[in-house]
Amino acid sequence: MSLSRDEVLHIARLARIALTSADVERFAAQLSGILDQFAALAAVDTEGLEPTAHPLPLSNVMRADVVTVSLRQGEALANAPEAEENFFRVRAVLE
Amino acid sequence: MTDLWKLTAHEAHEKLRAREFSAVELTESVLERVRAVEPQVHAYITLTEDVALEQAGEADAKYASGMATPLTGIPLAIKDLIVTRGVRTTAGSKILENFVPPYSSHVYETLRRAGAVMVGKANMDEFAMGSSTEHSAYGPSCNPWNLELVPGGSSGGSAAAVSGGEAIGALGSDTGGSIRQPASLCGVVGFDPTYGRVSRYGIIAFGSSLDQVGPIGRDVEDVATLLDCISGHDPRDSTSNPEPVADLLHYLGRDITGMRIGVPKEYFIAGMEPGVTARIEEALTLFEALGCHVDRELSLPSTEHALAVYYIIAPSEASANLARYDGVKYGYSDRSAGSMWANMEQTRAGGFGEEVKRRIMLGTYALSAGYYDAYYLKAQKVRTLINNEFAAAFQKYDVIVTPTSPTVAFPLGAKLNDPYAMYLNDIYTLPSSVAGLPAISVPCGLSEGLPVGLQIIGNFFDEPRVVQAAHAFEQALGWSNRVAALSGASKHRDTQV
Repeated sequence: MSLSRDEVLHIARLARIALTSADVERFAAQLSGILDQFAALAAVDTEGLEPTAHPLPLSNVMRADVVTVSLRQGEALANAPEAEENFFRVRAVLE
Repeated sequence: MTDLWKLTAHEAHEKLRAREFSAVELTESVLERVRAVEPQVHAYITLTEDVALEQAGEADAKYASGMATPLTGIPLAIKDLIVTRGVRTTAGSKILENFVPPYSSHVYETLRRAGAVMVGKANMDEFAMGSSTEHSAYGPSCNPWNLELVPGGSSGGSAAAVSGGEAIGALGSDTGGSIRQPASLCGVVGFDPTYGRVSRYGIIAFGSSLDQVGPIGRDVEDVATLLDCISGHDPRDSTSNPEPVADLLHYLGRDITGMRIGVPKEYFIAGMEPGVTARIEEALTLFEALGCHVDRELSLPSTEHALAVYYIIAPSEASANLARYDGVKYGYSDRSAGSMWANMEQTRAGGFGEEVKRRIMLGTYALSAGYYDAYYLKAQKVRTLINNEFAAAFQKYDVIVTPTSPTVAFPLGAKLNDPYAMYLNDIYTLPSSVAGLPAISVPCGLSEGLPVGLQIIGNFFDEPRVVQAAHAFEQALGWSNRVAALSGASKHRDTQV
């Protein structure tokens, strides 16, 4: 399994991580190497087996619909890199 | 009485009850030790001396009023992915370098109700991704047995604090071995409980179907005491299990005659150090002498696939969990670019370290269109196969015994540039993590002067039998190297003092 530069750039874009061209080279080599080690998995017979999402699945976990204490606005905004008028501030999404 | 920092939690509790010293004196002794050795060991990201002394004062009031529990006044290291209200919590990442949580995790609240004392937030590999603490954005911790070696990871700061005398006990977290492997490398006890036994509310997420909080301590009794305190159902974590909690202290000092022990052949592989093999063989002989039936013919054929299964599932879950670090709501934020998307990409490029980026990319790839079936779904199916093999084994055996790690502690830097070699450290701890089973690591002797760990895996919620076996083994072995000697030269010696 060998990942191309374009594939690495595509993954990085999906993951929203900016990469330098040196990063792309390094990750292409490292990720390809790691994926090679996983190749044996394809040969394992899993016919008829259900996938496991959780070791001990609990379903329909419910709680009473009761209002409890939550964070106050000021607490929720206290770690914000930029806040304005009780909102998180970001750069324009649409130009 | 001097050197209070060398005590176990249960010894300290008895002496606190007998008023031989106060909780403040105990905490001061630990803080004095921290001041002496922390510049070399670097077990902590953030020290909380003022908090500790205040909490110790409250603990003394509890002893005076007869309200003390076994953990009241006991100084602990808390892994830095366990959120603590008002105390910076970084998860070992630059992206959270100024994050001060507005709430506390379930486990920290529980420890506080019990009167425990927090010495500081322990160092760790960034977002718990690593086996050596070398992926911490705040520099690695050093192994107190030999400062030139890694303490293991990701809970390496927690294990180094306990082993180096900088805390009496600790909390860590385990996703694929992150409690047990550092406990093994630092010569202390570490317990990864059944998935769902301990609430993950307020634990910074890595792999949500794998993450579990658990204790690290100087002996099995301390670890059982800590686990008793933090276990139980919490409605704030919907994967927290309602199964009733057993009193683990009840299982200390019990006879293990007739216990059925399975030893899987597949764990004895090339790459295992001869000294580790020798200590494990001696441990099995000791179990036989204690009256156990030890069967070396157990076969768990899918063991060899656990590494691939884990390194597909954990990074996949991580890629989703770590999507929240976008530089908008909290944490490091690079706002130098003109658009929101470009800022986000720069924030994540500058805020995440190398290993975290590697795993996010690996997980993103495994979940992406065209590869989902071949990687993620396939890994989930092989996970079922691994689970089924364990389930069949527990029809025949009470516990499964293996080494915790194929090697003793290795030099800092030795595996840093080979990600796959680093992943291989977890080869013995990954299978039970994938299955969600409880597993403990207890010291079983030395190889070349460094500690070797023995892993005991139990069936779901059978923490009692794991504790029973581990305690009987520990008592029979007579392990007493509880605080390490700090030999070797620390890379921090010149830079940190």
